[in-house]
Amino acid sequence: MGQFQAGGSSGEVQVGTWVEIEQVILTPEQRAASLPEDTRQVPYVMRVSGFLLEPASLGSQARIRSLIGRELSGVLKTVNPSYSHSFGTTIPELLPIGTEADP
Amino acid sequence: MTARDLSYDAVMGRKNEIMKASLGIDYDDFIHSPVAFDYERMMLQTDYSHADITRIQRETKVGDTPLYELRNLTAAVRRICEPGKGARILVKDEAANASGSFKARRASISAYEAVRKGYRGMIAATSGNYGAAVASQAAQRGLKCIIVQEVFDSRGVGQPEIVEKGRACEAYGAEVLKMSVGPELFYMLLRTLEETSYFNASLYTPFGVRGIETLGLEIAEQVRQRYGKDPEAVVITHAGGGNLTGTARGLLAAGCDHTRIVACSVDLSGLHMASDRDFNRKSFTTGHTGFGVPFATWPDRVDVPRNAARSLRYMDEYQLVSQGEVFYVTELLTKLEGLERGPAGNTSLTAAVTLARQMDQDQVVVVQETEYTGAGKHHNSQLSFARQNGIEVRRGDPRDNVPGQTIVIPERLEQVWGKVQDMDRLRLSYLKNAARACAPTSWTDSDIEFLAADLKVNQEWVRQKMPEL
Repeated sequence: MGQFQAGGSSGEVQVGTWVEIEQVILTPEQRAASLPEDTRQVPYVMRVSGFLLEPASLGSQARIRSLIGRELSGVLKTVNPSYSHSFGTTIPELLPIGTEADP
Repeated sequence: MTARDLSYDAVMGRKNEIMKASLGIDYDDFIHSPVAFDYERMMLQTDYSHADITRIQRETKVGDTPLYELRNLTAAVRRICEPGKGARILVKDEAANASGSFKARRASISAYEAVRKGYRGMIAATSGNYGAAVASQAAQRGLKCIIVQEVFDSRGVGQPEIVEKGRACEAYGAEVLKMSVGPELFYMLLRTLEETSYFNASLYTPFGVRGIETLGLEIAEQVRQRYGKDPEAVVITHAGGGNLTGTARGLLAAGCDHTRIVACSVDLSGLHMASDRDFNRKSFTTGHTGFGVPFATWPDRVDVPRNAARSLRYMDEYQLVSQGEVFYVTELLTKLEGLERGPAGNTSLTAAVTLARQMDQDQVVVVQETEYTGAGKHHNSQLSFARQNGIEVRRGDPRDNVPGQTIVIPERLEQVWGKVQDMDRLRLSYLKNAARACAPTSWTDSDIEFLAADLKVNQEWVRQKMPEL
């Protein structure tokens, strides 16, 4: 879950830094009809990573170049977005399955 | 680029022209009426022979995967069933494909076709392994790749398996548009296709399905070679229907006319697929009833005008299993067979246990896929995440599983027992959807012929049901 937290230091982020931006694609009013109640209340949002094209601060508008070279813009959300998903905390209930400890 | 209207309704309204431009297929050639179309002609207009498909796939590290006999699991099943029962359980190790799943078979033909037709890149909207497969095949064919993926809820949280799938796409060099929860994924796909003029590597084109036919062909060949006969049953994890359709078509092309085609999905009934809240209460991201049932009963709900994946056309039986049962069988595969594999194939493996118990010892049941596993894409990750989100996880009777609330991991193998679905109910549900597309009073003889073939029933069955619709 950690990779979606805003990170990095305050101040301007340098050109060429790997960042993640966020764009609201549809506001709640613009969304598709017939959504469940909970989904209808929130915007439809996109996040995408790329290299920063112009200096920008966290929370301000930023332009990036993606891995395939497309230019995209949005609000600068994360500096050096990373993946921290793991195997999770051990579920002891799984361990005996298939062993002699499981009758 | 000229300013186009990007509102939801405007983009959806341009769906047909965007599809035509991004696929190079004119579906109007095959469509006869609101319910019927020439399915076989659509499948064969791709003009790839099985030899062509095999050659294309070998170029990009796809296919020719091992088929293993699970001797210890088979022995464990034989210990709990009646004398003489307990079929051999085999598994096709599709994790050996580039990108780690059978989805590479689907993506390989789309990538080849995209290059052949002169597209510079390809796009897929997917929640699953297909994204990684498209990215991996695109990388090998020198195509740019964009994956549109539903990743996080309104709190910005994505469950570990989804996050891992997105990471894999990026690792293969794709641009990943990570979206919040919602069916507008399709809108985003259309918008991005229009913006880039890339190829639409949809799961549901003839390319996306014909690429899987080699999986059925390989199973037929490997089982015949080793056991001197056709497999009695092949179990297929079922979501969108492509896996089942392609595998069954391959088996039929090889002449396995009597092999029972069994679908299996994880039962997630009660959870809403478009719900922001329910999104992270599912411990499976695909291969579940949220896709399996709606796609079986109305295949044309997809991102192409007519779906090449038509599961009821080939399905003989449909089993549902609980999340806890799949996690239990995943542990057995690991501990008894020394194979650590991801969730998709283990869903059908769970159904195979149920089937093997009822089949004779000299019979063969094939689980037709495995997928890679690792951080995030692992049952411990999913269970740990579930527990963090307030879902109860315990050992007990799997019949006490409540999707989104309680995951009950069986205490013994005897408790693993897939629930067989009423096929006629599913077929009737399909007909009701067809009746919504076009009133039964105006169905022609050729409509009825198509519907019967699409449901694996005779025309008389369809005619008898018409007054109920």
